Amino acid sequence: GVMERSREQLLRQTCEAVVLGVLHPRTAITLVLQVLSDAGSLLSCCLNAACMALLDAGLPLAALFCGVTCALQPDGTILLDPTARQEQEARATLTFAIGSSGRKVLMATTKGSCSVDEMQQCLAAAQRAADTIFQFYRDSVRRRYSKS
Amino acid sequence: FSICSRTVEPLEYYRRFLKENCRPDGRELGEFRTTTVNIGKCLCSITTADGSALVKLGNTTVICGVKAELAAPAVDSASKGYIVPNVELPSLCAERFRSGPPGEEAQAASQFIADVIENSQMIVKEDLCIASGKLAWVLYCDIICLDYDGNLLDASVFALLAALKNVQLPLVTINEETGLSEVNLKQKNPLIIRKHPVATSFAIFDDTLLIVDPTAEEEDLATGTVTIVTDEEGRLCSVHKPGGSPLTGAKLQDCITRAITRHKEVKKLIDKVIKSVTPK
Repeated sequence: GVMERSREQLLRQTCEAVVLGVLHPRTAITLVLQVLSDAGSLLSCCLNAACMALLDAGLPLAALFCGVTCALQPDGTILLDPTARQEQEARATLTFAIGSSGRKVLMATTKGSCSVDEMQQCLAAAQRAADTIFQFYRDSVRRRYSKS
Repeated sequence: FSICSRTVEPLEYYRRFLKENCRPDGRELGEFRTTTVNIGKCLCSITTADGSALVKLGNTTVICGVKAELAAPAVDSASKGYIVPNVELPSLCAERFRSGPPGEEAQAASQFIADVIENSQMIVKEDLCIASGKLAWVLYCDIICLDYDGNLLDASVFALLAALKNVQLPLVTINEETGLSEVNLKQKNPLIIRKHPVATSFAIFDDTLLIVDPTAEEEDLATGTVTIVTDEEGRLCSVHKPGGSPLTGAKLQDCITRAITRHKEVKKLIDKVIKSVTPK
């Protein structure tokens, strides 16, 4: 449906920004994401899966990216990586794709409305959380290559 | 000085202008194209729609028609009506669009418009309910691009807002004896629009420069796009950055500031047009 097309556009353009396509001319890179279960923060999970798959494929990337979802609760507190229930109860849900060089914003999408300050706070929280996710990438890749 | 052709080396051609902080069509980096809006049956010429608006952003022309129909509300939300937006990019608006099922851009635009309506709460679905569990309004909002010259999302959101402000819904009552609905076409009320969201789109050039209201040519050369939707209270209804070059938080803040200024300009324009169309 339209929701899937919209998500595909977000993921495709995020990947296109990091994959060094010039090194692989006349090549099609197909990224297939199959949702096995959705317990909240689906889009950021897709982003993380996409980046790790691109890493595993050995494609040349300009930077890594990770997905972080922030939920703004009705009382104003910021919740990272919300569950489906928390997303439903939230006033606003913001999903960011943060790049590894300079923690810049590669992709942003919001649901619900929030003030500008709240958005900046969520962005700052997401940029801090990105460090944890990139460390997870490093550990996973290290584990993968230390086995073989 | 080397001769740089617009068709042979478009990016170099554009860079020459961007270095001087302007664009080939004479605009500054933060300047919008001339925006015009026509609302209603007389000026917009969709006589069959309940509300219509035609928006021109430079050459980009978008028409929005709203049709109101009656339906039974969904079982899990018995006191809510429906708003169904649909964005069409027919093959007549640009060479890149072929006839057939809607392409990805049209579908993504439809989803974006649905999200804007939901996030901004411009129309509260409970306002569309006539009798809880029995009857509610369905608003079919068809947004059709007649000429595509970039910045589809801004024009679509504006056309939708203008068309919805133009909608007059007849009074519907349910006859208690027969249980049937009676539509009184003589008594019409305007839709209750609670918020006025306005979209502002930017194109990112060479990972650093942000230009407002890109044309189709600029969109093709850009390395990314950002669309910010704000309402009259300065709240963010949507930050839509579908991939593309990375941006720092500060650059994003610049976009938001420009979007808030643009909101005031658009609101003034829409109020002026509505006032000129309202019968005295």
